[in-house]
Amino acid sequence: MSSELKIVNGRVYDPKNNIDGKVQDVYVRDGKIVESVSSSATKIDAHGMVVMPGAVDIHCHIAGPKVNLARKLQPEDHRLDVHPKTAVTRSGTGGVVPSTFATGYRYATMGYTTAMEAAVPPITARHVLEELDDTPVIDKGFYVLLGNNAFLYKLLKEGRKKEFQEAVAWWIDSVHGYALKLVNPGSDELWKGRKNANITDVNEKIDHYDITPMHVIESFIEAADELGLPHPPHIHCNNLGHSGNISTTLDTMKAAEGRRVHMAHIQFHSFGGEINKNAVSGVKPIIDFINANENITTDVGQVMFGKATAMTADAPLAWMLRNVKFNKWVNADTECESGCGIIPFSYQESVYTHALQWAMGLELFLMSKDPWRVLLSTDHPNGGSFMSYPKLIKLLMDSAYRKEAIEHVNQKAINKTVLRELTREYTLSEIAIITRAGPARALGLENKGHLGRGADADITIYTEEEDKEQMFNAPRYVIKDGVLVIKDHEFATDHKGKILHCKPGYNADIADEIEPFFEDYYSVKFSNYAVSEDYLHHHEVIPTHPKDS
Amino acid sequence: MSTTLLKLHTPPQVPLETEVISPTSLSGLSESGIEHLQVMHGNVKAKLGDFFKVTGKGGSDIHLEGDLSNVKMIGTGMSTGKITIDGDVGMHVGMGMSGGEILVHGDAGDWVGPEMSGGRIVVKGNAGHMVGSAYRGQPAGISGGEIFIYGNAKNEIGNSMRRGFIAIGGNAGDFTGVNMLAGTIIVAGEMGIRTGAGMKRGTIASLQSAPMLPTFEYSCTYHPLFLRFYLIRLQENGFRRIIQDKHLNGKYKRYSGDGIELNRGEVLLFAR
Repeated sequence: MSSELKIVNGRVYDPKNNIDGKVQDVYVRDGKIVESVSSSATKIDAHGMVVMPGAVDIHCHIAGPKVNLARKLQPEDHRLDVHPKTAVTRSGTGGVVPSTFATGYRYATMGYTTAMEAAVPPITARHVLEELDDTPVIDKGFYVLLGNNAFLYKLLKEGRKKEFQEAVAWWIDSVHGYALKLVNPGSDELWKGRKNANITDVNEKIDHYDITPMHVIESFIEAADELGLPHPPHIHCNNLGHSGNISTTLDTMKAAEGRRVHMAHIQFHSFGGEINKNAVSGVKPIIDFINANENITTDVGQVMFGKATAMTADAPLAWMLRNVKFNKWVNADTECESGCGIIPFSYQESVYTHALQWAMGLELFLMSKDPWRVLLSTDHPNGGSFMSYPKLIKLLMDSAYRKEAIEHVNQKAINKTVLRELTREYTLSEIAIITRAGPARALGLENKGHLGRGADADITIYTEEEDKEQMFNAPRYVIKDGVLVIKDHEFATDHKGKILHCKPGYNADIADEIEPFFEDYYSVKFSNYAVSEDYLHHHEVIPTHPKDS
Repeated sequence: MSTTLLKLHTPPQVPLETEVISPTSLSGLSESGIEHLQVMHGNVKAKLGDFFKVTGKGGSDIHLEGDLSNVKMIGTGMSTGKITIDGDVGMHVGMGMSGGEILVHGDAGDWVGPEMSGGRIVVKGNAGHMVGSAYRGQPAGISGGEIFIYGNAKNEIGNSMRRGFIAIGGNAGDFTGVNMLAGTIIVAGEMGIRTGAGMKRGTIASLQSAPMLPTFEYSCTYHPLFLRFYLIRLQENGFRRIIQDKHLNGKYKRYSGDGIELNRGEVLLFAR
């Protein structure tokens, strides 16, 4: 029996199909958007309500050993935020780093139906897939950390470009990842080799390898292009959080030379000023460059005041942050392929740097000329919890509210930005772009982020309200794969989302090349490293479009 | 002053969480109003009246009777008034209290007075682990108030305490004052091992000798005048049989530590 649904009389915001607040009906059959349904379809009257596609989070950290470490590190945060079970949903704990069940449900209660875990060392992929499978309602995928991989560096050093690309494809396929992720390329090798060492320039030589971070970045951009991955390399640049890092960020963006690239949490990479001195906003040159270059997409990585958790594969950065506030922290080992650091953190209005980062994030949003390419994120939980998205949306949509908020933060920091002069207000359509259509397009997810025929029936319906925070905090209905998951603000049923992953093609001989390196340097056997398809459970392969086919 | 009497008529099969038993929550409520307050019996919601017979309107003086060793979180967040418990009490008694007094005539479970910031808890019997400790993960423990245990207490007394005064009449378990930030702990009996591990500042005193960690350095043997005042205060509060004149006037060995945290804390052990 087919399940049908029709949503009538709602004001529809579907930017991909150029629908901007038009009152029209949306039809669903068997989890997909269709053009018509039979008269027996379940009807939802959305009169006076706003209908949007389900939101897509392009960059968050929600599953895997590092997230678990952050959970274990902060029992005090969980104790105060219990997530009770309901008749249909399971229990968990909340806080800045919620448990798996709570993560899925809480995303859903804000209208998010897809989220991408942004940093997974391949060796932990099995655990990540298990946790993602336990994250209810939402669809999810993950980015594979390959930017500090000893074996790939070896291939680059030897100039074996073809084998490098084969190996990259092997890695994505073996762990069922979605995209390539580079984090502070080159740094972990230094960090592991010398005391407190870090990369300071993209043209600096990486110890033991005759290559530079720039070389690594270019190679990955080329590989993603050749393999035709739906999402380009997702890059966390060198020098995150250091004053004057805009030059590094600009160099990285220029390296793409017109090819697609995604710059992660760009706010953290937009500091002006001089190295080791007080930072100032360097947003203008960054956003100007992004506005002028259509190959670049970015997510902002907005800082929101309150509790956060620095959770990064950038081990030297974690060490730097640890020295800011001598609180508990973890630096974890990830063998030959990445780094890891976790620090509970709190952003405060009165602190210069924190207020500056908050203002810089808003500057990026408000000075962006193309909402399709400057997307909403808080780099959850690094800049703040994903639960603060509605508040961020209000800051973008309501300039009076923003003006008042500006008065409550460190004024020295605000004076180093142009935030006061920016009076732009985002429209509902633009919000639909930065939270839905834009991330879906950047991710190459053709069935997400819109309500055209054939799209996945991931739909959110909000009661329109003056207070946009309240509005986006609690959609009245959330439909996932055509199933009415949230009805009148309450969970009507539990639902299991899919794992989204890619299967790039490659010559299987590359495995023979990788195996000896494994047997020499890894703690696991090569045959146990690749993750079997049994771990995928409910999944969907997103097609790649290789260049040479 | 009228008294509110809560008499346990049905002992709970699994722990009963009764945050609602505090002068603040009960004040102004009628008998049936009190009996209708919600409590958690394991993971099932229940009413206070399912377990307790209430006599008298809600006021600032609460008496509890029966074997409450399975009843947790009595006096949560209380700021004024008095709770008298005529028997044993379960875990987390006086959680987050900022004022008033809790008097336990029997033994107390683990976690006496966690997150306390003021007021006083007196336990006439023994107490469990974690007396006046920080909850796991919390950077600081109690920030004020007094906890007097006449009997023994187990491990991790005053874990991460920030301020306040804890006195134990009997013996203490291991890790007394672990990670202590400031404040005072006095143990009349023997202390276990690893006293003061990771302490930043603060004072731990004992009327017996104790095994010290190698990161504690012996400073001197002297008569700490301030300790005399603390001990006199304890004598006035029911520790008279345990604290003798020789303890008031005698000398103490002073150890400074913990060496891994800059040696600013002290452990005082009675010498002669």
